[in-house]
Amino acid sequence: MNTMIKEKKSNQKNVEQEVISAELEENNMKVRVENFNFYYDTTQALKDINLEIKANSVVGIIGPSGCGKSTFLRCFNRMNDTISSIRYEGKIRIDEKNIFDDNLDVVDLRRNVGMVFQKSNPFPKSIFENIAYGLKINGIKDKNFIAQKVEESLKNAALWDEIKDRLHKSAFALSGGQQQRLCIARALAIEPEVLLLDEPASALDPIATAKIEELIHELKKKYTILIVTHNMQQAARVSDYTAFFMLGELIECDETNKIFTNPSKKITEDYVTGRFG
Amino acid sequence: MSIQILSPRITVVKPWISLAVKEKLIHGFFFLNGILSVIVLLGIFALLVFTSIPAFQEINVGSFLFGLEWNPTSYVKEQYGIIPMLVSTFMVTLGALVIAVPLGIGTAAYLSDVASPRVREIAKPIVEILAGIPSVVIGFLGIVLVGPILAKVFGTHNGLNALNGSVLLAVMALPTIVSISEDAISNVPKSYDQASLALGASKWQTVIKVKIPAALSGIIAACMLGMGRAVGETMTVLMATGCAPAMPESFLGPVRTLTSSIAIELGEVAYNTTHYYALFALGLVLFIMTFLVNMTSDIILHKYEKVNR
Repeated sequence: MNTMIKEKKSNQKNVEQEVISAELEENNMKVRVENFNFYYDTTQALKDINLEIKANSVVGIIGPSGCGKSTFLRCFNRMNDTISSIRYEGKIRIDEKNIFDDNLDVVDLRRNVGMVFQKSNPFPKSIFENIAYGLKINGIKDKNFIAQKVEESLKNAALWDEIKDRLHKSAFALSGGQQQRLCIARALAIEPEVLLLDEPASALDPIATAKIEELIHELKKKYTILIVTHNMQQAARVSDYTAFFMLGELIECDETNKIFTNPSKKITEDYVTGRFG
Repeated sequence: MSIQILSPRITVVKPWISLAVKEKLIHGFFFLNGILSVIVLLGIFALLVFTSIPAFQEINVGSFLFGLEWNPTSYVKEQYGIIPMLVSTFMVTLGALVIAVPLGIGTAAYLSDVASPRVREIAKPIVEILAGIPSVVIGFLGIVLVGPILAKVFGTHNGLNALNGSVLLAVMALPTIVSISEDAISNVPKSYDQASLALGASKWQTVIKVKIPAALSGIIAACMLGMGRAVGETMTVLMATGCAPAMPESFLGPVRTLTSSIAIELGEVAYNTTHYYALFALGLVLFIMTFLVNMTSDIILHKYEKVNR
C-alpha cells in the first residue's frame, strides 16, 4: 500500500518534472537573467540586465573596459560574494532555479558553474593533482575513478597528448597556453553544466588562442558557455550570441552575425566597427 | 602657445669635494657598516674556538661529545660528557615545537583567512608584542603559574621540569611562528584562492589544501626560526626546568640544557681551569647548533621567495 503511494507520488513527480523539462525543451533556455542589478557599495555596476541563454550555446560578452562584463560573469557562480559590501537585486536562474535563493548552496552552484580566469592560475601542484583537486574536495576518494576522470578531462581540454608523459610534473612547467587549457580541464573535471570564461586567451599568443577557440567550439556540444572577451574577432569567431555591455547596461544581445553586421543600435555598430572603445 | 621661462637661470653650486670622492666615501661608510656584523660574527666564532681549544688538551673529544655524565667538580674523576645537556636541549625544544607549531599555524591561518580585517589589525600586533616580553618575566610565570599547574595536573612534587620549559618556550616561539607564517599564507597569490573557490571548495578546504601547502616553505622557515629561539633561550629554561645536571628521565623530570649549564656554572668556575674552557666548548656547540638552524631556515625562506616570484 505504502509503496504504491510512493510509486504514485514519484510518478507524479516524474510527470511534473517532465512537464517542466518539456517547457524547458520548448524554449530551451539554460540561463535567464531577470531585472538584475549589482552594486559595489553605492556604485551601481550593472543596471537592470535581462538576458536569456540557450543551452549549448556560446555567448560572447563584449564592451569597453569597466563596463561590468567581468562583474556580470562573476555573478553566475557568485564569485563576487568574496568581496564585502556588494549587493544585488533581481534574479539569475540556471535551470529555472534562482542562484541567489537563500537555501541554495554556493558550493553546489560553483560545482555546476565552472570558471576559467583571465590569467591562468594552476595550483603549485602536479598536473595530475591540479585536476584531481576539484574531485578530492568534493569527497571523491576512489583512485581509479580520479585517474580516469583526470585523463578524460585532459582529453576534453585537448591537452592529453601533449602532457600524458609528465602528469606528475609541476603544472608550472607548462607553457602559458597549456596552463590555460589545464585550467579548463580542471574546471571540466567536476562536470559543470555552465562554463564561464573570463578573457581566457588574453595573455596567449595567436597559436595558443586558436587552440582555445577550437576547444570552445568542441565544448559547446556539452556545455553552455559564457565568454568575456576584449577581442572582437574572437567574439565573432567563437560565439553564437553576442551581448554588448556599456557602462553597466546591456545595450543589446543578439545572434553574433547580426551584432557584427547589422546591429539594431547605433552605439553597438560604432563599437564593433572600432569607432570608439 | 609657446613655452616661456621667466625665472632666472639655475646656477650650479660646486661641492667642496669632488662628487666622485664623495661617492667613494659614502660607499666606504656603508660597506664598513655592512661588514661589521660579519666581522663580529667571525670574531665570536674565533673567540669560542680559541678558548675551547685548551679544554681539549685535558678532555678527550670523544668523551666530551658522547659522554653520558657532566660532573666537572667531582673529587674522584671529573666528567665532561655533554650528552645529558644535548638531550635536555633537544627535549625542551622538541616539546616547545610540538606545542607551538600547530598552534602557530592555526593562528596564522585564522588571521590571514578567517579573521575580519579589523580583528587582524588588532590581533597581529598583539601577538608580535608577545615577542618583546623579557625572558626572565616568562621564567617567572613558569615558576608561579605553569609550574604549580603542571604539578597539580600530573601529581608531581614540583612543576619545574622539561614540560614546563617546553610550554614557556612555546609561548616565546609563538610570535615568530605566527607572524612569519601569516605573512607566508597572506602572500599566496589570490588567484589560487579564486581557483579553489570556483571549483566549489569551502574557505577552510582552500586554506588547508591550497594555501598552507603553497606557503609551506615560509611556514617551515618560520618554525625553524622559532626553534632557533628555543634552542638558544637561557633565562626561561634556567628558571623553569629544575636544572638537575643528570641524564633526563622524562618530560616530567628536571632537565638542564646547554644554555642553563653555561649560565649557572660560568659565574662560579675558577678562571683558566679546564672546567672554564669546557664551558666555552659548550658555547661553541650551542653556536654551531643555532647557526645550523638559522642557516637552514634562511635557505628554505630563500627558496620560498624564489618560487613565489
